[in-house]
Amino acid sequence: MPTVEIDGQTIEVEAGTTVIQAAERLGIEIPHYCWHPGLSVAGNCRMCLVEIEKSPKLQIACNTTVADGMVVHTTSEKTKTAQKAVLEFLLINHPIDCPVCDQAGECKLQEYYMDYDRQRSRVTLPEKHHKGKAIPLGPHVMLDQERCILCARCTRFLDEVTRTSELGIYQRGDHSVIALAPGKTLDNPYSANVVDICPVGALTNRDFRFKARVWYLERTRSVCGACANGCNIEISHRGGRIFRFQPRANADVNQYWMCDQGRQSAYALQGEGRVMQPLLRGEGAFAAVEWGAALHEVAEHLVQAGRTSPGAVAIVTSAQAANEEVFLLRRLAERLGARLAGIAWSPPDALHDDFLVKADKNPNSQGLRLQGVPLDGEADGVLAAAARGEVAVLVLHRAQLLAWRERAAVEAALERVPYLVVLDGDQREEVRYANAVLPVGTYAESDGTFTNHAGRVQRFERAVAPPGEARAGWWVLAELAARVCAEAPFTSAEAAFTALAGEGGAFRELSWAALGGQGRPAAR
Amino acid sequence: MPELLLLRHREIPGLRHLDVYLQHGGYQAVRAALLEHTPEQLVDMVKASNLRGRGGAGFPTGMKWGFLPKQGGKPVYLCVNADESEPGTFKDREIMECDPHQLLEGILVTCFAIRSHTAYIYIRGELLLAYERLCEAVREAYAKGFLGTNVLGTGFDLDVFVHRGAGAYICGEETGLIESLEGKRAYPRIKPPFPATHGLFGCPTIVNNVETLACVPHIVLRGADWFRSIGPEKSPGPKLFCVSGHVVRPGVYELPMGTPLREIIYDHCGGIPNGRALKAVIPGGASMPVFTAAEIDVPMDMDSVQKAGSFLGSAGVIVMDDTVCMVWALLLLSQFFHHESCGQCTPCREGTGWLHGVLTRLEHGGASARDAQLLLDVSGNMMGNTICALADAAAMPVRAFVTKYRAEFEAHAELGRCPLRPSGAALEPRQHAHG
Repeated sequence: MPTVEIDGQTIEVEAGTTVIQAAERLGIEIPHYCWHPGLSVAGNCRMCLVEIEKSPKLQIACNTTVADGMVVHTTSEKTKTAQKAVLEFLLINHPIDCPVCDQAGECKLQEYYMDYDRQRSRVTLPEKHHKGKAIPLGPHVMLDQERCILCARCTRFLDEVTRTSELGIYQRGDHSVIALAPGKTLDNPYSANVVDICPVGALTNRDFRFKARVWYLERTRSVCGACANGCNIEISHRGGRIFRFQPRANADVNQYWMCDQGRQSAYALQGEGRVMQPLLRGEGAFAAVEWGAALHEVAEHLVQAGRTSPGAVAIVTSAQAANEEVFLLRRLAERLGARLAGIAWSPPDALHDDFLVKADKNPNSQGLRLQGVPLDGEADGVLAAAARGEVAVLVLHRAQLLAWRERAAVEAALERVPYLVVLDGDQREEVRYANAVLPVGTYAESDGTFTNHAGRVQRFERAVAPPGEARAGWWVLAELAARVCAEAPFTSAEAAFTALAGEGGAFRELSWAALGGQGRPAAR
Repeated sequence: MPELLLLRHREIPGLRHLDVYLQHGGYQAVRAALLEHTPEQLVDMVKASNLRGRGGAGFPTGMKWGFLPKQGGKPVYLCVNADESEPGTFKDREIMECDPHQLLEGILVTCFAIRSHTAYIYIRGELLLAYERLCEAVREAYAKGFLGTNVLGTGFDLDVFVHRGAGAYICGEETGLIESLEGKRAYPRIKPPFPATHGLFGCPTIVNNVETLACVPHIVLRGADWFRSIGPEKSPGPKLFCVSGHVVRPGVYELPMGTPLREIIYDHCGGIPNGRALKAVIPGGASMPVFTAAEIDVPMDMDSVQKAGSFLGSAGVIVMDDTVCMVWALLLLSQFFHHESCGQCTPCREGTGWLHGVLTRLEHGGASARDAQLLLDVSGNMMGNTICALADAAAMPVRAFVTKYRAEFEAHAELGRCPLRPSGAALEPRQHAHG
């Protein structure tokens, strides 16, 4: 394995490693625009030119393979001069419209100018080249050709990853522009990734642009809940409002990408119709109550019914539930002798492909399976039993029965159930039949884990607070379980997960800390 | 006058037709190569001849062929670089228009030597007459069994395709040419890998210039020693010099490599017309550093010109007399490179335009005293920092012009116009032809 010296530090790397990668491992950032770890090497921006001893010319770090004994200087005068020069060249025809540019604050031109250039402009040419502004490329992406530095990341993504080639480079020299191929629209299922990889403000997200200055946004690690793939994401939010999802690199799950559907799902998490307070049905109508009262009443009903006969309490959850919630539901069911069923429902015509988008639109179907929760058929059995009058208390946890199962059967069951508890974030149709409604937060409002289609357990972190009096799902179930089981409640999702791992099942080798930001596979 | 080899057609009317070509010893080199030599022997012969590429870089041809993988199961391609578009260069065009079979013979021998069965001639789109005559020659060669399957009954197969470019200088850069042939934008590729291992369609590929290939049959017939005996041993052979500008007899001259530049200008081309004095000479096409009148005692071979601070390049000799404004001349060159930069690499895409802009204001007014230095700084930042040599091609003339004629540039800045023409309304560059 070759050993290379970069800025006085030495590292041994596998043969074939490039200088830019070796430097990254040493914690040395070599500035670059066109290079992206998920794309082929283009070598066009020239920002990563570095001085390599015994090489007469500066070399691009992105395409130079480390050789044994190589000595690289990333901060030498020669390197600095080249970096300054590239930035000076890039800014000749750039509009420098940062005050009105949506990329400001996460723009590599801005950042590198401050880090590597910081000189007054020597360009006094009368006029910059004018190119197209605010060109919609598709449903999610807007193009400003003047801000473009022609790094060709977008075209390479569309050529190499989606293989749809909607964008190309047209014209020549400093007239070159990125543009749609004739007759094409940038509407493939992964189109918005070009916005993430665009290092400047040329490609902006039509759903996000002008909504927030990025330096005001907080970012929280999470996992997309829109399908079973579990793409790693970062949630940008401010003041309790979610502004966008962006992919977070995970080589084992989503590389650097996510689908547009997942990205759009951010906006459904904070829609209208959230349940803001615990509700108990009084004389016909609901009354908003304190959590203590709500939990007390629901626990009473559960305990009472649990004393009558096995199966008098039934719980239906779904693959929308986190692993910790499922664990707590299982604990409740065990204590109460209740039937526990799960539903993993997806629209029959759901978009899916052989890349990231899965037909299973639930984030945690595999988590339910690994915890032994019987799916789908068992839920129908519960409904049949309820319709026969055998269920005294039915708990619906993130389960939209009316939408997901045969409607008549659900109605028959819900009409017969004497006491219905609904735990959900949104005002679902089932609430009409409910005696108690306990508002729970979405996964963006809670800590927890999902198990993706491949059995990888991945953590999501609380980005924003649940609205109103709503609470994280694990908290509500932990409080309920504590009352039913007469024990101290779990005080965090981590505690619930640790208990789950301690059971010795598929999660036995995992710990909250070890899951970290990249997740770990469950035991098979 | 020495014997003409590459320009034999000037002495033999109708040489471009196959029957005339055959009457004058045509395709004897192919016969000799295919019947009497192995491919390895031919590669060794070309290596021994010290033939160096005539396209501009002067790379040893035999060595280039030797970079092909010895085995590997992939087809080998020959790409003939006929995209002649360096300003001041017009030699390959004459070969293709007047003696296309000489090129085809060179292609045949070369393909046999490098074990290629497909050759693409990438011809500059504007060279329409050359294209038509080349196509006609290819048809004739197929009809006579020199191309196609089982060439001359030897079992060797070769197909030759003529592909017209669509008007871009960058297609003459060998990997740009390959990209263009593949149907893509002619963005030069980053090297390594080199075409010899990953070229056309990802296969081993040799890219050779027209004049280079035209030399090959003569080497086969007369031997490497003969070739090496012409001109300096390290860059020998007959050479075509394209002389343009202020000489009495401009044109293409076939002379031994190493002929002194002074002799080319004053003896062969008849000197400077109208009794004017020589001011400057670009020895190797628009992208090469200029020589002053005092620097022309240089043998015109690759090593000698390089030693003198420029490059033989494509041997496009551009002669300028003392009426030529050097700022204006450089402005024209910079306009060309600005127009032709492919736009892939930042320093070239933006730098060529910047140079062009500064030169425009130097010539037409609005320049500042710092502009001469700015030209040096900008061109310095472009040199050696891009994927292909176009940035160097644009930068080198700027550095040489400004360094050698700095006073002229400063006078322009000071005066706010060109001092070589009377004050008055600004002229368009094209009208501003002195002399």
